[in-house]
This record gives sequence, C-alpha cells and structure tokens, in this order.
Amino acid sequence: MSLRSLIKWAAGLVVAAGTLAAQVTFDRILNTVREPQNWLTYSGSVLSQRHSPLNQITPENVKDLQLAWAFQARSLEKFEATSLVVDGVLYTVQAPNDVVALDAASGRTYWVYSYTPSPKARPCCGRVNRGLAVLGDRLFMGTIDAHLVALDAKTGKPVWNTEVAKPESGYALTHAPLVVKDKVIVGTAGGEYGIRGFIAAYDVKTGKEVWRFHTIPEPGEPGHETWAGDSWMHGGGSVWVTGSYDSDLNLTYWGIGNPGPDWNGDARKGDNLYTDSVVALDADTGKLKWHFQFSPHDEFDYDSVQVPVLVDMEWQGRQRKVMLWANRNGYFYVLDRANGQFMLGKPFVKVTWATGLDERGRPMKAPTAASSPEGVLIYPGNQGGTNWYNSSYSPVTGLFYIPSWVEYNTTYYKMPAEYHEGRTFGGAAMRANIGRRGATATRLDDSEGYGAVRAIDPKSGAMKWEFKMSDVTDSGVLTTASNVLFTGGREGYFFALDARSGAPLWKATVGGNVAAGPMTYAVNGRQYVAVAAGSALFSFALKP
Amino acid sequence: MWVLRIVCLLAAGGALFAQHTYNSADIENGGRLYLANCTVCHGPEGDQIPGVDLGHGKFRRAADDEDIEQIIIKGIPGTGMPSHDFTEDQAESIVAYLRSLATAGRATLPGGNAARGKAIFEGKGECLKCHAVKGNGSRLGPDLSEVGLTRRTAQLEESLVDPNAEILPENRTVHVVTKSGEELTGRLLSVDTFSILLLDSKEQLRYFPKADLRTYSLVKDSPMPSYKGKLSNGELADVVSYLSSLKGVGNL
Repeated sequence: MSLRSLIKWAAGLVVAAGTLAAQVTFDRILNTVREPQNWLTYSGSVLSQRHSPLNQITPENVKDLQLAWAFQARSLEKFEATSLVVDGVLYTVQAPNDVVALDAASGRTYWVYSYTPSPKARPCCGRVNRGLAVLGDRLFMGTIDAHLVALDAKTGKPVWNTEVAKPESGYALTHAPLVVKDKVIVGTAGGEYGIRGFIAAYDVKTGKEVWRFHTIPEPGEPGHETWAGDSWMHGGGSVWVTGSYDSDLNLTYWGIGNPGPDWNGDARKGDNLYTDSVVALDADTGKLKWHFQFSPHDEFDYDSVQVPVLVDMEWQGRQRKVMLWANRNGYFYVLDRANGQFMLGKPFVKVTWATGLDERGRPMKAPTAASSPEGVLIYPGNQGGTNWYNSSYSPVTGLFYIPSWVEYNTTYYKMPAEYHEGRTFGGAAMRANIGRRGATATRLDDSEGYGAVRAIDPKSGAMKWEFKMSDVTDSGVLTTASNVLFTGGREGYFFALDARSGAPLWKATVGGNVAAGPMTYAVNGRQYVAVAAGSALFSFALKP
Repeated sequence: MWVLRIVCLLAAGGALFAQHTYNSADIENGGRLYLANCTVCHGPEGDQIPGVDLGHGKFRRAADDEDIEQIIIKGIPGTGMPSHDFTEDQAESIVAYLRSLATAGRATLPGGNAARGKAIFEGKGECLKCHAVKGNGSRLGPDLSEVGLTRRTAQLEESLVDPNAEILPENRTVHVVTKSGEELTGRLLSVDTFSILLLDSKEQLRYFPKADLRTYSLVKDSPMPSYKGKLSNGELADVVSYLSSLKGVGNL
C-alpha cells in the first residue's frame, strides 16, 4: 500500500470514528501500522522495531531532503527524547521535564508545560528525559524526581501527578512510559545509587498504582537466593528504557539494569537476579512469566537496558515469535518471547569478558576477566558494545541494525563500595580508550576504536555490512519500508544509509551530538524525519 | 568519575593506620582537572605561589587527604583560595594528582636561565619555525604561549630530547593526497566520518571531504627534531627554564 492510499484509508477511519478522532485508543497504539503518519509510542509500535511503513522518502530521492523546521530547546541538557506525533501535533520533552506541543508541519509551539523537579533529584547521567506516552487525550511523562505526571494533550494542563519513588534515595524516571490497555507502565532509574529497582503500572485515569514488580526478589521469593546476605536491598536493577508488548501473549517485556555496586561484586555473591536480564510480565498483574539473564553477577555495568525488539519470523522452517536483543555486554541474542528460550547468541563486537555462551545462553566467563585493584582491561568497555540507543529491525530487509561501539575497551580498577542513601554506589575507577565527550576528534586508525551501525542477519548473527563513524555514537536507528536507514552520532551529523547495503545516501550537519532515536511521520501527505541533536529538534522533508 | 580509594590497613606495632593509594586513572583525571582549574594560580608544578608548594606531598592546612578535598571544594576563607564546584570524587582525583606530583620524576636538568633560553629558542634552536609564543612564530606546531602553565618541567625536558615519547592527540600530523593529486602534510584539527580539517604548511585552514581524498593517514613521528646532542645540557636547561616561564597572555 502506498503512502497516499494508506493515508486515505486512515483518513476514512478517522471520519468513521467521528468525534473520537482525536482520541488515541489503545487499539490505535496496537495497530500503528495502519496509521504510519503518526508515531504513537516511543519505539513506533509496541513491537519496538523502530521501522516505519512510510515510503515517500526513498534511497533515490533522500538526497533532496531539506530542513522543514528546527525547535531550539531552552535547555542545555542532552536532548534524548523521541517525539510522538498524533494527527499533526508533535509532542516532545525539553529536558529535564518540560512537555512541548508543536505543530508537526511548521514546528510552531502550541503550548509548553513546565515542570520543576525537586532539588532532591539526582539522576546519575544527566537531567534527561527520553519521551512521552499517549492514550486517549492524555500524555504521560516520568520525571527525574521520580514522579509520573498525566497531562491534557490539548492544553498541557496536569491531570494527575503520582510519586513513584523517593528521589533522595537516587530514584528517577528517565524513559518514556509504555501504555498497555488502561495502564501506564514505568520503571525506576538509579542503578548507580544502590536503589532496589521496580516496574509499576498505574491506572491511566487516576494515577493509582495497580501492580508493582520488584526487579530484585525479596526474601521468600524465587531468585532471592541469588543475592548474598542483605545485598539485595541495594542491588540496583534499574529500568531506564521503554519496554515492549505482545498483545497475543499479553506479556510486557523490560530490560533490567546493572547490579549495585556496579563494579565490585564481592558483597553480592550469586547471579543477582533479575539484574542484566529481560523480564516478561503479565501486563494485567505484573506477575513474572519468564526471565532470561544475559550477564549473571555482572561487574562491568552491562545494563540490559535495551529496547526489546519483537519480531515474528521464520526460524529453521517454523514461524516463531522471537525477541531480538543487542546487549551492552557485546552479544546479539535471539530469544523465544513466549517462554524465554535461548535460540541464538553471537558477539556483534569484540568480547573478552566471556569466552562464549553455553547451550542455554549463559555466558562462560573468561578466567582473566575478574575485576581487581590492579586493573583489568575488558572488551566491550563500560558503555557497552551498544547501550540504550535503539536498534531497528526492518521486515523488508530482514536485517537488525545496531548502533555499535567497536574496538572499545575499559580498564577497571576495583575499589571498595559502601552504601549511603542517595550517594553513588560504584566500586571502581576506570579508563576507556574512546568515548570521552569533548575530546578532539583526531583518530584515524580503526584500532583506536570507533562508532558504527552494524547490520546483522538475525537468523545467523552474521554481520552483513557496517557503516563506520570516526567517533562513537549515542544515536538510535530508524528504518523505513523504502529501505532508508536514518541515524546520527557524536560528530553532529544526521545521515541516511541504504538499509540493504549501508551505502551513505545523504547527510545534514546538525552541529551537535545526536543522542536520541530518529522517528518519522507525515502531515497532509508529506513525510518528515525528525531527530534531536545538541539541544534542538530538527525535522526534515522533501521539497514540497 | 569513580575514584579508587584503597585503604590499606596495616597492623604495625599493634596500631592501625590508614594510607591512600591511587591509580593512574585517578591521576590522569585529576591532572586534567588540575590543569584546567588550578594552574593559573598554582602553576603546573603546584609551586607557583610563594610559600605554597602543592607538589611535595606535605600540606600545611590538611592532616589527611579528606582535609585537602574539603579545602579544594570549600576554599580557604580570607585567602585567595576560592571554593570550587567539584564533587568529592573530583576533588579526590585532584588529590591523587597532587600526590603523584610528589613522587613523579622531577626534571633532571639543572636550573637554567630563562633569558638565555629565550635566545636559544629564537636563535640556534630555530623553534619559531614551527612554534609561536605570544603571536611571534609559526602556527604549524603547538602554540607555546602558556606551555609553562600546562606542562611540567619534566615533560618539557622529555619533549625536547625525545619528541616522539608523547604526542598529544591534539598535536597529530596528517598526510593527505587528493584525488586531483595534491599532496600535503599538516596539523590535524579534526577528523570525522566524512571530512578532515587541517592547517597546511602554508598555514592555511583546509577542509577536505574524505570522498575527495585518495589517501589520508597519520604521520607517526613527530615533526619536531630531537635536541639531544644538538644542545648541551646547559642550553637545554635554559630552554626549559624559558618555556616554564611562559604563563600565557591572559584573556585577549
């Protein structure tokens, strides 16, 4: 179906729905493929493929993209939000927690909702926010002082405001919430402060908590035995990137962060469940259906804080519901998302902390990869082979695209760690070969490390192509049905590649770090591609 | 920043006493903070203020490293020492750097004469062919107008006799050949995925899309000659003394 006919079809639906047109029903969120002109949830759909059916911009005409508008945030924080677009209105977040509604075609501002976080807020890694959720005529935002706020999407006026956790203990909300049916789901950041993380669902109407899943089991719960002594109480297990949802299985999937203290596991002997895992929760009750732990007893900060990418694909002759996952620990995984069964695991960058995975996907730790005061050099480094910046899956090419840090290492020097409420709970000093912000970019040799987009065939884990950047990247990846891939990086370019070959097609100098995922939408039949860079949001389109 | 703090508990004569050790990552991080924030007053060696020497491991107003951290953060009321917006970890890394100054190799040359050094620098050393001081000289090599603030004497000494020992990333040299056949070598200002920016030998700022280049590569060796054997130890000491005296031109 072409863009035009899709839009006509969607317009027909809107007319049929009459006065409910502006309401974003959950049915619409489940079926975003029917209305590709909109971007209704953080990852584009609850399957989180970051893939758009829009096809007006093609490998042939992408060279003619031009700036449609720019929005300058009144903030010098990193702009990490992915915008939402609902029927011509674009919603984004000006860091830390101002919500902005713009006309998606002109970039002009309808309204700004200003939220002042408590001075007690202490997010580890920037006063940032990664985006919003929408349902009905409400927007939902997590704040860096660990509140969840609902706003009227027409006016920006707050409807309710719920305290999710205590900011003074290091809790924060930084990711875009996920709406499932009549609930809005969030998880808590704070993995560097000795929190005990959780995922919780709130009633969209009232803001009342409906269920809560602790990412670290308490005494009496299965998995508690994987924590020595009292270490579970401050064991981390943060959540800071949006999960996914499978409506057939009614399961919501979330990646869980590192154990605390991050780099010294002496006091937390055991596997430390469910840190560095993916958990599958019943979306109605929050009950754990299954889990898969990528990095048991981690000492290298390998948060499994990546977006779970859900794909239905043929696997060895049989149709399977799988989950694709490029992990911070350097391995690419394929899991059966009905039961968590391990199907495939292969490094997508250089890995030295493990010698391989066993038949159940459990890593075999390298004997030399033990943290020590003298220092141990580990690949991938502390920021991981990839991190929170989203991957993309294209059902057209069948490839999985990973923003990667290649030949990247960190030397860890172990140190003692003692828990004090609200203070960092780390356990090492470290030095990395690349990735320092603001360093003069004078690397010419790949062996010094670099950023890349790596395209992986999920059926084998084999790399099909790679596009190298000089500097590392914190940018997500977007693919479209017309085989255009959009991404950026630290160097201040936003660019397009051919999703089939990795060939560069177009670039724009946006002049600042792209630390967000690009998204695409359409207004009146014109396709736009929007991305945040530096402290501004840019929207590009073909010349009208 | 995660600063290593190992408390070595040593049983000695029945008493316990504590001492910090720091690793090279702390020292490197602390050195960066120190050079960016402290050298204007204290100098690279920590001894620029008469009567205050931060580089010999003894501190008049501090009993232990925590005291030094607190002084760095809070300042000393009634003196020229202001407060600083550092975290405790940052302050601690600066302490690590100061501790390293006390044990690191000091310069081996005898004290020199800065005025004689200036004459050698501008005369037989031919240093101005590549370097500039306060607007005088060439832009091809690193500007040395405030090298006395940013490099310690031992480092200056090393750079004079063994220029390849440490080439800072910002001082790299690049060699490019364009598709039209132009070949040039220059000071690498920036490289990214799509382009290379450099200062060529005619001191022109040049931008090259990588797509227009046949080859590009780093020049491994420093373009700077070694002065070992070319200058006597006394002359080297004079040049080091001169360079140490270069404390910048202020905010222009």
